[in-house]
Amino acid sequence: MDANASARLKKRGSAWALNVALFISMLIICLPGLWIVLNSLRPTVEIMAKPPVWIPRELSFDAYVDMFSGVGQGGIPVIAYFRNSVIIAVTSTVISLAIGMSGGYAFARYRFKGKSAWFLGLMLTRTVPGIALSLPLFFLYAKVGLIDTHAGMIIAYTALNVPFTIWLIDGFFRQVPRDLAEAAQIDGCTRWQAFWQVEFPLARPGIASAGIFAFLTSWNEFALASQLTRSTDSKTLPVGLLDYTAEFTIDWRGMCALAVVMIIPALLLTYAVQKHLVSGLTSGAIKG
Amino acid sequence: MATLTLSTLDKKYGGFHAVKGIDLEVADGEFVALVGPSGCGKSTTLRMIAGLEDISGGELRIGARVVNDLPPRDRNISMVFQSYALYPHMTVAENMGFSLKIAGRDAATIDTAVKDAARILDIEPLLERRPAQLSGGQRQRVAMGRAIVRDPDVFLFDEPLSNLDAKLRGQMRTEIKRLHARLGSTVVYVTHDQIEAMTLADRIVIMKDGRIEQVGSPDEVFNRPASRFVASFIGSPPMNMAEATVTRSALHLDDGTEVPMPPAFSVAEGRRVVLGLRPDDIYPEGHGIHSESGHAVERRELPVHLSEPLGNETLLFTEFGGQSWTARMLNPRAVKRGEALRFHLDLSRAHLFDADTGLTLRG
Repeated sequence: MDANASARLKKRGSAWALNVALFISMLIICLPGLWIVLNSLRPTVEIMAKPPVWIPRELSFDAYVDMFSGVGQGGIPVIAYFRNSVIIAVTSTVISLAIGMSGGYAFARYRFKGKSAWFLGLMLTRTVPGIALSLPLFFLYAKVGLIDTHAGMIIAYTALNVPFTIWLIDGFFRQVPRDLAEAAQIDGCTRWQAFWQVEFPLARPGIASAGIFAFLTSWNEFALASQLTRSTDSKTLPVGLLDYTAEFTIDWRGMCALAVVMIIPALLLTYAVQKHLVSGLTSGAIKG
Repeated sequence: MATLTLSTLDKKYGGFHAVKGIDLEVADGEFVALVGPSGCGKSTTLRMIAGLEDISGGELRIGARVVNDLPPRDRNISMVFQSYALYPHMTVAENMGFSLKIAGRDAATIDTAVKDAARILDIEPLLERRPAQLSGGQRQRVAMGRAIVRDPDVFLFDEPLSNLDAKLRGQMRTEIKRLHARLGSTVVYVTHDQIEAMTLADRIVIMKDGRIEQVGSPDEVFNRPASRFVASFIGSPPMNMAEATVTRSALHLDDGTEVPMPPAFSVAEGRRVVLGLRPDDIYPEGHGIHSESGHAVERRELPVHLSEPLGNETLLFTEFGGQSWTARMLNPRAVKRGEALRFHLDLSRAHLFDADTGLTLRG
């Protein structure tokens, strides 16, 4: 066999190996998700069976029907939880993005006193685990009456997300050449127009990723929410999962069904936003 | 089109004085090049004209208007950036029509203006592409197209050709010159390349350390440099220099060589001077550019250390006055290393500068 043929074979072989490795790792990542979907469709007996039942014997949508059938008939206030989750996650994401964009832009473009200290300070807040803040936060909120309110959760999640959105968006604005905004100003834009017409569209992948991240953090957060919410006025979906635990039993099927209800909006959002995540938007702006 | 007037224009960054009160008048339709080494303040000056940099002091007028505090958008200028600064998320046509779109013109007007500019620059087939799909030269054209479409009072160019390879740079230079002839616009062109400045500009402004060293036509700055700095900056290869002391009617060079006083100068005895002679004005016998008739020509036998054949001419490197000097040999023949040639030094074309101030001693 000549060298070319063996090299070609080797190349093809490693491509295959790569695909197989990729398939296996994707399987590992996706399996828990698929397991949840599966479990939401079968009776608890089968879920708890040992050894595990891989191929379900019967599938039903009973859990979903029960969930929406109202309190007292095995249901939970899922609509209220869903509404709370949407209001809290969307509002805190919008605020985090607004602050992240202004802050990120400022860090990327302007020189000001104590800039690196500010930045470091922001990053340091990320090193504190959120749960460590739950007790002080609880006392504070109890004092000012923010327990069990949307506003309280929105403030907590915004504070949690802002350092990250600033950091991420700052990086993307740095990649947008300064010349572009200047060219836009010469072309007749105000500073504000130059930002929205040129810099914003080019930093959009970063802003979109920051948005997804902030939304998912707020959407999925459990620890803080379980402390700071009390009733259907503000309980979010992750906290709602606890409704399926009784004193002696856990309704795994119901929990899985609610988990699926939680996953779907997150999946849809990520899918909708991912087309903005194309990289390399700024290429071709300058030089060769 | 409009005139452009800079009066004692000043720029300070904290303690750093970048531009030190420069005065310049650019006539309507004139092509002025700002040249100088990096850090001389030429780009800062251009950016002050554009409105991208605040003006610390002095006055800037476009036409009759004082524009010191106007934002860039209200100055009616166009600028071609060194980096091209094309908007990567827009097509070529959108890039070029952007200024008109912002100004609120209707689609048909924008379309006509963009197509006209594209025709002038020969980029019509590229209109639907994005900047990432263009070569460097094409991007350069689009950047110029964007500037033309706006129909500005003043065009500003910030080292527009420095990212192109040598061949393309030559082509674009010709194109810019043709464009200026066609549009008759007022242009301020910043470059560190003296050849670009010489070939393009009606007038050249040579800057150094935030000050203007000399303003003049290419012919003036080449043949009558106001200072040692201008003399060494303009011209390629640069002017040969050697320090000397003036004796009764001669120059005593530092290595002991004596040459007669160049005829155009009269300098007091004992003064320290710098003798300057362009490579064109020192050449092996019979290989010169200029006529020697009536000129004070000094003949010297000098060894050639190195030669660089360029085809139509050869550059010869020799030593004179303790310095390495370059001589230009026209109609060249092969020269061996170390070969001694009889050089002619045309002292009628020599320059003398004060050794301390660097200013010319020409009367």
